[in-house]
Amino acid sequence: MSATLADPADSRARLGFRAGLAGAVLLLAALPALNTLPADHALHVSDFIVSVTGKWICYAILALSLDLAWGYAGILSLGHGAFFALGGYAMGMHLMRLIGPRGAYGHPVLPDFMVFLGYTDLPWFWRGFEHFPYAMLMVLLVPGALALVVGFLAFRSRITGVYLSILTQAMTYALMLAFFRNDMGFGGNNGFTDFKELLGMPLGTPGARAALFYASLIALVASFLVCSALTRTKYGRVLTAIRDAESRARFLGYDTTRHKLFAFVLSAMLAGLAGALYVPQVGIINPGEFSPGNSIEAVIWVAVGGRGTLVGAVLGAFSVNALKTWLTSAAPDLWLFVLGGLFVAVTLLLPRGLIGLFGGRRKGRDA
Amino acid sequence: MPRLLVLLLLLLAPLQARGQEAFEALLPGLAGGFAQQAQTVERLGTLGDPRAAAVLRALSDGRLLKRPDGTLLLRDGERVTEFPGGAAADAAGAEPVRINNRVRAALRGALGRLSLLSPDAAERMAAAEAVFRSRAAENIPLLEAALARESVAAIRARMELALAASRLAAGQDDAKRAAISALGASSSTEARAVLLEARAGNPALGAEIEAAVAAIDRRLEIRRAAETLFQGLSLGSVLLLAALGLAVTFGVMGVINMAHGEFVMLGAYTTFVMQEALRDIPALAPWSLPLAVPAAFLVAAACGAAMERGLIRHLYGRPLETLLLTFGVGMMIQQAVRLGFGAQNREVTSPPWMQGTLELPFGVMVTQNRLWILVFSLVVLLLTVAAIRLTRFGLEMRAVTQNRRIASAMGIRTGRVDALTFAFGSGIAGIAGVALSQIDNVSPNLGTSYIIDSFMVVVFGGVGSLAGTLVGAMTLGVVNKVLEPYAGVVLAKVFVLVAIMLFIQRRPRGLFALKGRAAEQ
Repeated sequence: MSATLADPADSRARLGFRAGLAGAVLLLAALPALNTLPADHALHVSDFIVSVTGKWICYAILALSLDLAWGYAGILSLGHGAFFALGGYAMGMHLMRLIGPRGAYGHPVLPDFMVFLGYTDLPWFWRGFEHFPYAMLMVLLVPGALALVVGFLAFRSRITGVYLSILTQAMTYALMLAFFRNDMGFGGNNGFTDFKELLGMPLGTPGARAALFYASLIALVASFLVCSALTRTKYGRVLTAIRDAESRARFLGYDTTRHKLFAFVLSAMLAGLAGALYVPQVGIINPGEFSPGNSIEAVIWVAVGGRGTLVGAVLGAFSVNALKTWLTSAAPDLWLFVLGGLFVAVTLLLPRGLIGLFGGRRKGRDA
Repeated sequence: MPRLLVLLLLLLAPLQARGQEAFEALLPGLAGGFAQQAQTVERLGTLGDPRAAAVLRALSDGRLLKRPDGTLLLRDGERVTEFPGGAAADAAGAEPVRINNRVRAALRGALGRLSLLSPDAAERMAAAEAVFRSRAAENIPLLEAALARESVAAIRARMELALAASRLAAGQDDAKRAAISALGASSSTEARAVLLEARAGNPALGAEIEAAVAAIDRRLEIRRAAETLFQGLSLGSVLLLAALGLAVTFGVMGVINMAHGEFVMLGAYTTFVMQEALRDIPALAPWSLPLAVPAAFLVAAACGAAMERGLIRHLYGRPLETLLLTFGVGMMIQQAVRLGFGAQNREVTSPPWMQGTLELPFGVMVTQNRLWILVFSLVVLLLTVAAIRLTRFGLEMRAVTQNRRIASAMGIRTGRVDALTFAFGSGIAGIAGVALSQIDNVSPNLGTSYIIDSFMVVVFGGVGSLAGTLVGAMTLGVVNKVLEPYAGVVLAKVFVLVAIMLFIQRRPRGLFALKGRAAEQ
């Protein structure tokens, strides 16, 4: 292992790889700046490109978090969309509280939907969301806590493989049903929308768009660095060992439950962060985000890019979503065939994803 | 003997004659002044003569004409006849009998009471219902007359209730007591309301009324429990049908098929196609649903076999990839159906023998189609068990599941058995679709709503055990329906999901865990 790391060709490749990544980040970072150029300038980038790329960056963070769980810990979560949506809801609650008396009903404290549903005062779980730091804490803690409980129960009783996948799918399905209810206090099937501002910036302006774009990009780069550092530590190696042969790792004396649990909770928090950055950019959050289909789509991003590589997840998120954005306007009927076809093609023909095409070497067995 | 007969006739004749005389004597009153008309209508209504309904209806519709000499004519479209008598007549010189609001009100009441004697069962039922609601003393004789002629049990029961309620409203204390016990013997919420209403007016009968209400409450309680149980079993039977195919493909073969729900959907669409194709063949049209069962089995089985041979075969031993692959295939099937048949719901009509409700003792209402589906699901379960236990194919299937290499060495073509097993499981999904088309909307995402529940059933019941699937499906169905009144549909579902997660903590291999060597896989 250490011999390959010292291989000069390998380290050259690694250097080129890093330069490529840095270039890609710089290219992304340039987009909002190019957006400020006059519209007839050759390098002008439209508002649409900036806002859609901002969304994709959030998806990339979600893909990254899923890759940490699936690609490294072998936990194929079909419910990561739930963590994403929970983070989004936490952010949405903050944004709703910031609307203040500017709602359609003009109530000083209560959001419109609560006035509409006849609430007289704020439910207890809404308290504190007017403070940005508290809301950000909840963005991480709520998905993290859910992952902790579900993960603890599942890993402790050694639920693995497809059982775990179905369990996580049931989790997001149950949450979707619950959030569709009006009396949950989260706006029922309309969810939250009509946001006004965030940290004093009025949303929907070019400035806010650029700020959110950069915040997402920074979050993506930071998450990527954390994940790639983590997977190279001893902890990361054990995680990979658990993925490839869980019983063997357990018999060697590693506490597999705790290792997997840490990865799952961290992954859920990253997904929550992605959701929190996503909501102010699209301006709405509703229970549809919990739908099992969304979580499955995130899985296919990772699979298309190449799982267990982190870069692959990000690449997959960008490429599949670019394809989706193009196809859903060019040939909307075809999109589901293409998505379904991607599932089939990737599993049968490209088990290592796009990254595998570029000859990136991956050690270890397929999980 | 003949003498006796004559005597009887002599006795009866005046009765009959008096009834007729009274009827004919009353008729001129219909052409009189408004006050007289109203009075006549009232009296005709209580007379119990079957001809009264015809003339009163004609009066109310403006089809009753009178000649200047006072004789009456009935106009029925173009035809005009003398009344009574029925001989064809000329309408020249006759003019319609006019009525005012007071007469109209009297007509409504009289016609309502008279329909107690109508030849049409539905009309009699409605009349009994109306009389029950009005609870007037003057209805008692008419109700007694109607009861004497009534032969349909359900209408009789309704009339008895109406009679009891009328007696309770206006009668002697003895009659009231009898009425209270008659009402108390029913299991109707309306009877309960009538009793509670009467309690204020009859303080002397308080104890009897209390006892009767308590008796009704007890019966209503039993009815509610029985209906909840039935609804639970019905939901369970749907889950059983949806999960049975999964129990074969996932439970026996260990192949996870996320497109299972789409096979169910294909079965439902096959039912729709059969119905449309056989619509113009009168001999076969009523049989389209039974014929759809084998058709749906074949369609779904063919799709399953193609999918297994073409795709899944390459991924054996890699369950997570299989999961993603089959999910993608399901997505494509769904989209293909959406493009082919449209996204809207398709109408599949139930054959007449599946429509309507069945009334069991205590007034427990059971919808026929759900009862059929319950029976059907058990039959499908038994056939599946028989196929696995008793046939050559089942034997080979079990052999391959238990030890693929030895089975292969014994000359079993394992690849063929894999394809057949998968086709078999998919075919059962198709059959489930036929049943679901009767109670659910036939739309492209029909299967999506069942897939998670079906997996829960299989995991809860124990992977690889058909008995577990049966018990799991029925338990989940009943628990869901028992919780629903307290927690609402959605929370009940959430609660069940959480309960299963916790249950798996205690018994990770489900209710009916495989023991011994098979469990080690």
